[in-house]
Amino acid sequence: MHPGAGYLLTIAVISGATLAYEVLLLRLFSLIQWHHFAFMVISLALLGYGVSGVFLALARQHVSRHFSSVIMGNLLLLALSMPLSFMLAQALPFNPAELLWDPRQLFYWLVVYLILAVPFFFAANIIGLSLYQFRRGIPTLYASDLLGAALGSIGIIALLFVIDVEQILLVLPCLVLLIGLLLVTQSPLWSGRQKTLWQASLLVTMAVTLFFMPASLQLNVSSYKSLSQMLTVPETQVLQRKSSPLGVLSVVASRQVPLRYAPGLSILSDAELPEQLAVFTDADAMSAITRFDGDYEPLRFMGQTSSALPYQFKPMQDVLVLGAGAGSDVLQALMFDASHIDAVEENPQMIGLLQDDYADFAGKLYKLPQVNVHQSEARAFASKTERQYDLITMSFMSAAGAGGGLFSMNENYLFTVESMREYLRHLKPGGYISITQQNTHPPRVMPKLVATLAEAMQSFRLAPSQSLILIRSWQTTTLVVKNGTVNQEEISQLKQFSERYNFDLAYYPGMTEQEANRFHRLKQPYFYQAVTALLSENKAQFIADYKFNIEPATDNQPYFSQFFKWQTLPEILSLLDAGSIFLLESAYLLLLAALVQALVASLVLLLLPLWLWRRRRRDRDEVQPLHKRVLAYFFALGLAFLFVEIAFIQKFVLILHHPVYAVTTVIAGFLLAAGAGSYLSGRLRMVQARIQVVAAVLVMIVLSAVYISSYASISGFLLAQSDLPRYLLAILMIMPLGFCMGIPFPAAMSMLGREHDEMIPWAWGINGFASVMSPILATLIAMEFGFRVLIVVALLLYLLAVCLFPTDSTKPSAGHNQLNV
Amino acid sequence: MTRTPFLNSAVSLVVMALTCFSLSPVQADDDFKQQREALVEEIAGDLRSSDAILDQSELDPKVLKAMKTVPRHEFVPEKHKHQSYRNRPLPIGYGQTISQPAIVALMTNLLELEPAEKVLEIGTGSGYQAAVLAELVEKVYSIEIVPELAERAAEDLKRTGYDNVITRHGDGYYGWEEQAPFDAIIVTAAADHIPPRLLKQLKPEGRMVIPVGSRFMVQHLVLVKKTEDSDIITEQLLPVQFVPLTGEH
Repeated sequence: MHPGAGYLLTIAVISGATLAYEVLLLRLFSLIQWHHFAFMVISLALLGYGVSGVFLALARQHVSRHFSSVIMGNLLLLALSMPLSFMLAQALPFNPAELLWDPRQLFYWLVVYLILAVPFFFAANIIGLSLYQFRRGIPTLYASDLLGAALGSIGIIALLFVIDVEQILLVLPCLVLLIGLLLVTQSPLWSGRQKTLWQASLLVTMAVTLFFMPASLQLNVSSYKSLSQMLTVPETQVLQRKSSPLGVLSVVASRQVPLRYAPGLSILSDAELPEQLAVFTDADAMSAITRFDGDYEPLRFMGQTSSALPYQFKPMQDVLVLGAGAGSDVLQALMFDASHIDAVEENPQMIGLLQDDYADFAGKLYKLPQVNVHQSEARAFASKTERQYDLITMSFMSAAGAGGGLFSMNENYLFTVESMREYLRHLKPGGYISITQQNTHPPRVMPKLVATLAEAMQSFRLAPSQSLILIRSWQTTTLVVKNGTVNQEEISQLKQFSERYNFDLAYYPGMTEQEANRFHRLKQPYFYQAVTALLSENKAQFIADYKFNIEPATDNQPYFSQFFKWQTLPEILSLLDAGSIFLLESAYLLLLAALVQALVASLVLLLLPLWLWRRRRRDRDEVQPLHKRVLAYFFALGLAFLFVEIAFIQKFVLILHHPVYAVTTVIAGFLLAAGAGSYLSGRLRMVQARIQVVAAVLVMIVLSAVYISSYASISGFLLAQSDLPRYLLAILMIMPLGFCMGIPFPAAMSMLGREHDEMIPWAWGINGFASVMSPILATLIAMEFGFRVLIVVALLLYLLAVCLFPTDSTKPSAGHNQLNV
Repeated sequence: MTRTPFLNSAVSLVVMALTCFSLSPVQADDDFKQQREALVEEIAGDLRSSDAILDQSELDPKVLKAMKTVPRHEFVPEKHKHQSYRNRPLPIGYGQTISQPAIVALMTNLLELEPAEKVLEIGTGSGYQAAVLAELVEKVYSIEIVPELAERAAEDLKRTGYDNVITRHGDGYYGWEEQAPFDAIIVTAAADHIPPRLLKQLKPEGRMVIPVGSRFMVQHLVLVKKTEDSDIITEQLLPVQFVPLTGEH
């Protein structure tokens, strides 16, 4: 039996809505909790796919007999569970910050996984059961599934721009219900009283979703996030909220208690701060819009922060502010008379706040003739512009992203050796790069930044030991790099500035250890020691011995905030009673914990039922030698597909630059191409399935080898193109790879459909479990060994799959005939 | 940030079901006293290797005595009372916590208080830190910005007999001008910069302590010292002994 067009459309919509729901959950949990937990919670919720495979495998005959009811019932439950699961999960008193203190949090964590897995379970039931029921149409079905997912990945990004993030929780189930209604009305699978009953149920559910659920749809933002904490202050209110895929921006004003945002302000500052509005991204990561009316006197405090250092050296004509945000650095540059400021900010809504909503409050800052605002990701702008600058400044940029701790699993292409080279390329002779960051104690961020910069400077014949300056306040560190040798005049200005505001000298060419550590004392002059060691011949030994990972970050391993080192773990654990837990770079360990959880869950939820099932079958003398091969094949595919996808997303994001649009484009490109591959593999009946798979894997190996070996020249060529051709060319490069990746799954599934249909749900389930583990494993492999290794591992897995292709050796003649799909 | 009544009750049931296993019957004050003394001994042992002990080898016995005296359970919300004497921070609502006892001990120790001194606290929170300070000095002034917390802490301090703590609801940024100058200031709510007025209200040779980090995890402590000549220096101290560099470079 083949599925009709209406059925294929339903599968596409279900698959698209589910992928959109996954992205939506990631956004919602990033808002109410923290991003890294969002990542873990959502990856594990996908276990719902695996569990569905087991469920279908065990109940396959029963559910197959009631196919039409099971499909519609699951569709209805999917629609209901989408908003309800989220509401229930956010109502649990789960507080990740307390995980280390309270064992009960582990239990809540587990319950959150389970609750969120429910919608994925229902969605997977629909797709898995359809694959089983329409065995002859597997390639077409799988193509619809992938095509739908591709459209879902684009659709959710569009939705996130136009609808409030929590409202989408109702849009997706309505979409699912609508397609259900269409299917039940048009398809012959439902008829008579059954048809009317399902139509009525779907309509009632839609009415409930639209009219009753909105009232309960309030986001329960953790009270430990900085927005929640600010709102406990009397007479504080959210003036505006803007939502986009880049995050939810909240503008907050406090009438009774002024905001006073001035990180890095000198301890000797005597300045009163002007009025400010707080801007939170995802209820955290606060920045501020400062009132400005053309008078620079109230901004005097901006000259008393460590980030004001480069302006002491000379007048800066051309300034590039990377990550302009709410405009603090732009104001600072204006105050120091910069005549041309390029302000680069990636979030259009943040720019909108300054240009429209609060333009008057901010003194039309982003409309001043000296200020040119560019809506772009920082590195993309740097790679496109040909302008040279006196100063490139990156204060507090991605402060959260670079801060380590729980953020270390995020890729960050702003602080890599290659990106530093890009910034250095844009300096006029004698120009400066200035980076200000929150202090980490013991030092981690700055030593790593120095190591990364020093490596980048080698390509420019700059001697880091003669070009670097580092100062610190009690809370921030400012690193200045000169395109040239720091001269005596600059050193004397540096000393005056530091003396005046009690900033500690941490490094300048010719500095002695006695000059360090005077005003803000550390147990030892760690910063001075670290920089001098990193600029000396002992660099490699110092990095190896340092108790945190301060290896320079590269585009191949863009984990600037990954400071975890195994060798330090025993020491930290031995100090646990004394409260050493803050030294633990926990994201890495959490990632490992997630992997262990996924493994345990897979063993309990998949292998145990499988073992029981096989025992039962063995009793009936129906042992199939094929099973292990089938399971290993689909497990390898599940891992490899996402490995390749993730690795290439990262490689292409770097070329396409914008994190959200690039990821969306690449994912959609991959899925579309894989869908096409799946569809065509079903059409090519004259070619044996196994040969199709072998050919696909060979093409993938050749393509990957070409891409990896010539990545530098390919990216160089693409980066020189303007946006549209760059995106089109990138998609063209992805397509053949995606096309090949779409073949192995349906080819083997179709073979099973002809000979071992009882294995279809198991294959579907194990593929689901592998996709839970895959993103976590991929991140760990990329952190440890880089993306190139990740791609190689993925290709090896594909090769393994080729060897494991489930031909049935017990029935050679029948098998060969029937392999022609 | 409200939950629906149904979800609230469902969640409360789960929470109750979970906690009733770990809750022992109502603890007598004597039990609490024993637990408290054991906890303080444990902290004293653990902190011997802390950076923040500075030149001494042990926590000041006066601080230990104060920690042994103040009934922390009186400042902990009912549902967490049974955890009062665990060395951990506990939630007190409004996104705030009652600090980890070890951190309270360290911060108090860093202030090197004398009985006749006057201390200002910014961020009363639960009132527990103020009570510990009140065991050591004549007068403690404490300001809290969240009105509900200010009210609750004032009641708890009164009930436990800490009449030498004077509390106020308000903005701590400008300190407490009428009562200035202070011998010591403790800022329990993390700030992105040190308010200049607070520094002015610190006496020469005065000390100020600020914890840096999140509500559940203090990363390090900043000790601000005003010298005899009113120069300002700070020290960044870790609660544990940890050196990031090894060997000679």
